[in-house]
Amino acid sequence: MKVIVPVKRVPDTAGEKKLDPNDRTVDRDGVESVLCPVNEFSIEEAVRLKEKHGAEVTVLLIGPDSAQPIVRKALSYGLDAAVQVTDDAISGSDALGTARVIAKALESMEWDLVVFGNQSADARTCLVPAAVGELLGVPSLTFARYLEVNGDEVVVHREHEEGWDVVSAQLPALVSVVEAINEPRYPSFKGIMAAKSKPLTVKSLADIGVDDGAVGLGAASATMYEFEPRPPKSAGTIVDDDGSGAAAAQLADWMAEKKFV
Amino acid sequence: MGEMLVLIDHNDGQPRKVSLQMLSAATKLAAEAGQTVSAVWLGEGGADAAAVLGEHGAAKLYHWDSPDAFAYVTLPQVDALEAALSASGADTLLFASSNHVKDVAARLAIRVDGGVITDVTDLAVGDGGRLHATKEVFGGDLITTSKVADGKVALFGVSPNAFPVEASGGSAPETVALDVTLSEAATAAKVTSVEKVGSADRPDIGEAAIVVAGGRGLGNEQGFELMEQLADVIGAGVGASRAATDAGWYPHRYQIGQTGRTVSPTLYLGAGISGAIQHRAGMQTAQHIIAVNKDAEAPIFQIADFGVVGDLYKVVPKLIEELQTRKG
Repeated sequence: MKVIVPVKRVPDTAGEKKLDPNDRTVDRDGVESVLCPVNEFSIEEAVRLKEKHGAEVTVLLIGPDSAQPIVRKALSYGLDAAVQVTDDAISGSDALGTARVIAKALESMEWDLVVFGNQSADARTCLVPAAVGELLGVPSLTFARYLEVNGDEVVVHREHEEGWDVVSAQLPALVSVVEAINEPRYPSFKGIMAAKSKPLTVKSLADIGVDDGAVGLGAASATMYEFEPRPPKSAGTIVDDDGSGAAAAQLADWMAEKKFV
Repeated sequence: MGEMLVLIDHNDGQPRKVSLQMLSAATKLAAEAGQTVSAVWLGEGGADAAAVLGEHGAAKLYHWDSPDAFAYVTLPQVDALEAALSASGADTLLFASSNHVKDVAARLAIRVDGGVITDVTDLAVGDGGRLHATKEVFGGDLITTSKVADGKVALFGVSPNAFPVEASGGSAPETVALDVTLSEAATAAKVTSVEKVGSADRPDIGEAAIVVAGGRGLGNEQGFELMEQLADVIGAGVGASRAATDAGWYPHRYQIGQTGRTVSPTLYLGAGISGAIQHRAGMQTAQHIIAVNKDAEAPIFQIADFGVVGDLYKVVPKLIEELQTRKG
C-alpha cells in the first residue's frame, strides 16, 4: 500500500503573526515556522499504517525552499520519502488554489490513500481535502476519529456535532484526521538522523502540469482586501475570592445583569 | 428578482439554530440587495419544516426529499446543490460553517467554479449586490474582510451565533422539489451507521449560546461532573482544554483550541484554564468571557470580562447555588 501525507508549514502559534500589508499574505519574516500541529496526528496515523500494513509513506509539501526543514521534520517520524512542490507562482494561493496544486502533484505520484490533517493551524478552513477529492474524482472521508484499512477498503469514523458517521469506500481515497484519532509519538533520535538522507524530490508547477496563471494570488477565487488587528479589550472586572467561594455571588450578579440567567 | 440561497443544516427534522440565524441575516441582506431568500433543505423533512423557515424569511423552499442525501458521504448533497443553483439562478449561498457542510461547499466550489469563505462572522452588501464577509483569523488576532471574485458563485460558511435569530413573520414559502440525479461517484462512499454520543439534553459546544470549559486546574475527571452540573443550570455545552483531554479527563471531541473545536458562544466560562494561546485560538471570539482560576497571572484574565481569582472547587459549587437561587 502506498500512502501520501500532505503536510503544511505554518507560523508558530506562539509567535506574533503578521500579514504583509502589500499582498496580505502571511509575513514569514521574523516568525518561526513549524510543522502544522495537526500533521502530527496524520503522520502518526501513517506510521501506524506502515507498522500494520507495511505501507510506504511519502510526505508531500507545497512551499518554497525555505520550508525544506519542515519536510525533514516530517520525515523524522519515520516516513520513507518526500516530494516538495516549489514555485514562486504558488505564493498567495487560496485554499482552492492550493487544492489544485496538491491534486496535480498527487496525479504525478502513485498512491492508494492520502492522509491529511483536518485543518491547518493557520488558515483553518478545512476546505482542502474535499476540494482535492472533487478535483481527482475520489471519495474524501474527512474528520476521521478512527481509520482502518481492510484490503482495498477504508473505513472511517467521521466526526460531527452529535457523534460520528461510520463510512466506507474503496481505495483510492482521501481521508483527513482529527486529533482524537491517536496519540502522536515523538520522532526518535534514529528517525531524526535518518531523515537527513531520505530521498526528497523537488518539483516545479511545470513538472506537475499546472499552468502558472491557474494558481497564486491573482487566480484566488476569494480575496481578502482589508484587515485590522482585533481591537484591544477593555479591562474586565477581576475579583479575588476570600477562599470561601463567596465571590461567586458577584459573578452570578454579573451573569444575571447580562441576562445569562 | 434574484435569489439568495441558504442551505439549511438540520438534525432530527429540525433546522439547527445556525440555520435560523442565517435565514434572519439573509432576509436583511437580500432586502438591501434587492433579492429574495430561498431556503434549501436536503434530505427528508423539508416540507414539514416549511412553516418555520417561512417565519424566518424564506420566500421559497427548494427541497430534495430523499434519504440518499445522507446515505452517502458529501457528494449527493453537492449534486443537489448544483441542481438548486441551476434551478434558482442564484450566485450566492450561505451554509453553516461546520465540518461536514464545509466539505460540501469545497466540492461545490470546484464543480461550479465558485469561491468559498468559511467561518464568517458578519456579512455586508457591497457593489453590485455582492456580499463582503468579515472573518477572524489567527485565532481572532486579526479581523479581515473578504469577497469572492466577481463572476464566481459565492459560498459563505457562517459561524454559529454570528447573527441573532429574528422571526420576520413571513408566511409559508413556495416549495419546489429539486430534481436530483445522483452521479455514479456520489454513491462510492457509503454511510453505514450513525453513532450519537452527545448528551441529548446538553447543546453541542459548536452552536451553544453558552459554553463552560474545564482545564488542567480541575485536576481530575470528577471535576467535569461539576462542570456538567454548572452547564445544566444555565443550558450550556461543556468543553475542555487540550491539557484536560490529553489527561483523559474528558473526550477529545470536546477539546476547544487550535487542534480542536472553535466555539463562538455569547458567553464562555473557563474554569482551571490558564488561557494559553492554543486554547484562545478556539474561543477568543466569544462575546463575553468569564474566567475562574487560582493563578492571578493566568493569561485568560487579560481577555476576561469577569474573572474570579480563587479555588474553582470553592467558587463553582457556590456559583451553581447562586444561579439556582436566581432562577427561582
